[in-house]
Amino acid sequence: MSTNPLHTPPPLQDSAIARTPRDRSPRRTRLNHIRRHLWNRIVMGLAVLSTIIVIAPLVAILFYLIYKGASSLNLAFFTHIPAPVGEPGGGMANAILGSGIILGLASLMGIPVGIAAGVYLAEFGRGKLLGSAIRFTADVLNGVPSIVMGISIYSLIVMQQKHFSAFAGGVALAIMMVPTITRTTEEMLATVPHAIREAAYGLGVPKWRTVLSVTLKTASPGIITGCMLAFARVAGETAPLLFTAFGNQFWSFNMNEPIAALPLQIYIYAISPYDEWHRLAWAGSLVLIVMIMAAVTLVRIYANRGVLKGAS
Amino acid sequence: MGVGIDVQNLNAWYGSTHTLQDISLSIPANHATALIGPSGCGKSTFVRCLNRMHETNPIARATGVVKMGDVDIYEDANPVEIRRRVGMVFQRPNPFPTMSIYDNVASGLKLNGFRNKAILDETVERSLRAAALWDEVKDELKKKSGASLSGGQQQRMCIARALAVDPEVLLMDEPASALDPVSTSKIEDLIFELKRQYTIVIVTHNMQQAARVAENTGFFLNGKMVEFDSTHKIFTNPKDKRTEDYITGRFG
Repeated sequence: MSTNPLHTPPPLQDSAIARTPRDRSPRRTRLNHIRRHLWNRIVMGLAVLSTIIVIAPLVAILFYLIYKGASSLNLAFFTHIPAPVGEPGGGMANAILGSGIILGLASLMGIPVGIAAGVYLAEFGRGKLLGSAIRFTADVLNGVPSIVMGISIYSLIVMQQKHFSAFAGGVALAIMMVPTITRTTEEMLATVPHAIREAAYGLGVPKWRTVLSVTLKTASPGIITGCMLAFARVAGETAPLLFTAFGNQFWSFNMNEPIAALPLQIYIYAISPYDEWHRLAWAGSLVLIVMIMAAVTLVRIYANRGVLKGAS
Repeated sequence: MGVGIDVQNLNAWYGSTHTLQDISLSIPANHATALIGPSGCGKSTFVRCLNRMHETNPIARATGVVKMGDVDIYEDANPVEIRRRVGMVFQRPNPFPTMSIYDNVASGLKLNGFRNKAILDETVERSLRAAALWDEVKDELKKKSGASLSGGQQQRMCIARALAVDPEVLLMDEPASALDPVSTSKIEDLIFELKRQYTIVIVTHNMQQAARVAENTGFFLNGKMVEFDSTHKIFTNPKDKRTEDYITGRFG
């Protein structure tokens, strides 16, 4: 306590505040001030540091890819199919298209199933045995290694059809997308306030319509993020495609035939003994990552279009 | 035009809790009827039984007869039809956050598949005028989100939304309890206007509000209806000792 009578707190013995007397001397106040600011700096510094640690790997990877791959990028890379061994040039046009086709197939199959399952879990399956079973299955499926997914689809589709196909690759990736999308959809729907559902019920809107037009729409930013995460994750998958889409050195537009894919092509080129192919593998990696980033960004822009003034 | 509601021996449960016990009363058409009582006495459950909203909770159930005009709402109709005829305004404004003001008001029609633009435009304007909100929002109907309005405006928009489906009965579950006095008085003025066309049932904690807007008042206590009479009678000369204790502030 200070000895300066001017700064001694008044004796408020009866009030609640008086039970925890505080030293309000100028020196003490200044010290407190300095201490608070010091702590503020430290915590803020830690937060900034963590942010940098999170962003650094992405930036490092991107720069390394640009450094290694950009020099091999030219028009031919996007327009030509791979050149035969020993011949210079050639590109990955068929692999870029193939990846697009496989991912398109996977999204067409995986996103509707994933969202529908999420809707069931959140809106209809609460507390039901089937609901818990689906939730558990989704969580386990999420942990299945991608190579195992490849082998499973190999025996389920490729062995039955007796040939590799773009379709089999799409199915493998679609199944990998489903659990992520299902669980995000369920969680995002759970964040929609019950009052909003009641508002719709109160207007005589049937439950199915409420789910489609009100609840899903309100949760859509989160659900779209979930779909994009699932998409980005499978876009770079190689293992599930090894025994399904198989890869192809030539153009293919047939869903029933083996098809090239960027990750496969990168894999083949990267383990080859040729320097030229190594450079192409770097370029392919750069293209793959830029394509994923572009797809995610485009969807975000599209999803934010038409958001109203003051919408929460 | 409004329609009267006749309730006989209404019982309601949440799980094993018997929240409403043998409620019988007649709500006259084109009048405002207020329900008062301490928190948890069952008045909200009661109004939620009048549009079969109660049963949207999976552990809830209700028995008894509720007649709107000639229609027994638990026997002769499905809940969705009933909720189109019985509008509801909730305690907290609950606009659809992704929709514009226009779409919020038109939502009851649009979500039920109604698409005629001219009629939608006309209905939105009429409903917003009836809810005394038109002049404040008419310039930004389609640009602004319904959630961007102030609380009082949101609540009036929710009233407009309920009116847009042209109900016969309007249930209001403490419509002004989350609002400031100015917005509250606007809502009360609105109730005065609205009861010419609709039958209004209003749940309120504010006894002055019940006295100001309602012709009849019911007092609920512990899941039972203690007394139902003209508002004047309830507030000046209640028959039951418990009603008197409540309105004079001796408990609750």
